[in-house]
Amino acid sequence: MPLDQSFVGRSWPPTEPYLVGREKIREFARAIGATDAEYLDPEAARAIGYADVVAPPTFPIVITMETSRQVIEDPALGLDYSRVVHGDQRFAYTRPVVAGDVLVCINTVDEITSRGGHDFLTTRTDVTTDAGEPVVSVWSKLVQRGEEQ
Amino acid sequence: MTDVLEPQTFRVTRADLVRYAGASGDFNPIHWSDRIATRVGLPGVIAHGMFTMALVGRAVTGWAGAPDAVVEYSVRFARPVPVPDTDEGTEVVVSATVKEVTAEGHTRLALTATCDGEKVLSQAQALVRKPAGRLAVEKPAEA
Repeated sequence: MPLDQSFVGRSWPPTEPYLVGREKIREFARAIGATDAEYLDPEAARAIGYADVVAPPTFPIVITMETSRQVIEDPALGLDYSRVVHGDQRFAYTRPVVAGDVLVCINTVDEITSRGGHDFLTTRTDVTTDAGEPVVSVWSKLVQRGEEQ
Repeated sequence: MTDVLEPQTFRVTRADLVRYAGASGDFNPIHWSDRIATRVGLPGVIAHGMFTMALVGRAVTGWAGAPDAVVEYSVRFARPVPVPDTDEGTEVVVSATVKEVTAEGHTRLALTATCDGEKVLSQAQALVRKPAGRLAVEKPAEA
């Protein structure tokens, strides 16, 4: 069954604030093998103008993948997650995520298309501080593969 | 100034995937269970697409010489990265060319990531807050 087109343009209420921990950034940096001092050492981060350690560029996915469940698990949308693969990923940064940030996500369905029996869902997550300062926008395109005939 | 940046090679093992799963919260079993990966038609356990994107991100920040230099970063996952259960695992090779310098003085990089000679990303690019002539070439990373 195709995805419900009426979801295009729909936004969800802001998510519960996510407090970015210094140890979470360090854990993520180590998991990807990143050794830049600014990811690990608050003093090094302060030396380039941040209040605490900064996160590597793809760190926001830790937050947005979890919060986008409010979209992809909406039964009315009709997404069968067992047939979903990750198609595209895009980040547009106002600034890096910094330990101590309290971040809120607003999820929107940007696009739903169909091609060759597959369905494509693009979600946009606007990540801001709880004071409304923009940090990063994150687009994920999910591909729902066609069902075997 | 060169238009082609020094390629970087990243080794990826099963242990890396387990660690990334924990750090990222992505516990999809296709990234740790051969049984489940093969059941859904994959050759075996594959790397998280976002792990590959993170490695390419390391190359980008390395070339830019600053952990906070990335303004935009996008990829299309074209092909999975199978990671055999061996000590060696596999390798992802990342290369880049300078595509343009924008009006703001940012540099747009066209990115390529390959595994076993096959491109695993397409339409991958990054915009970095750095003039093209000042992109540093890091020593190739060997994890």
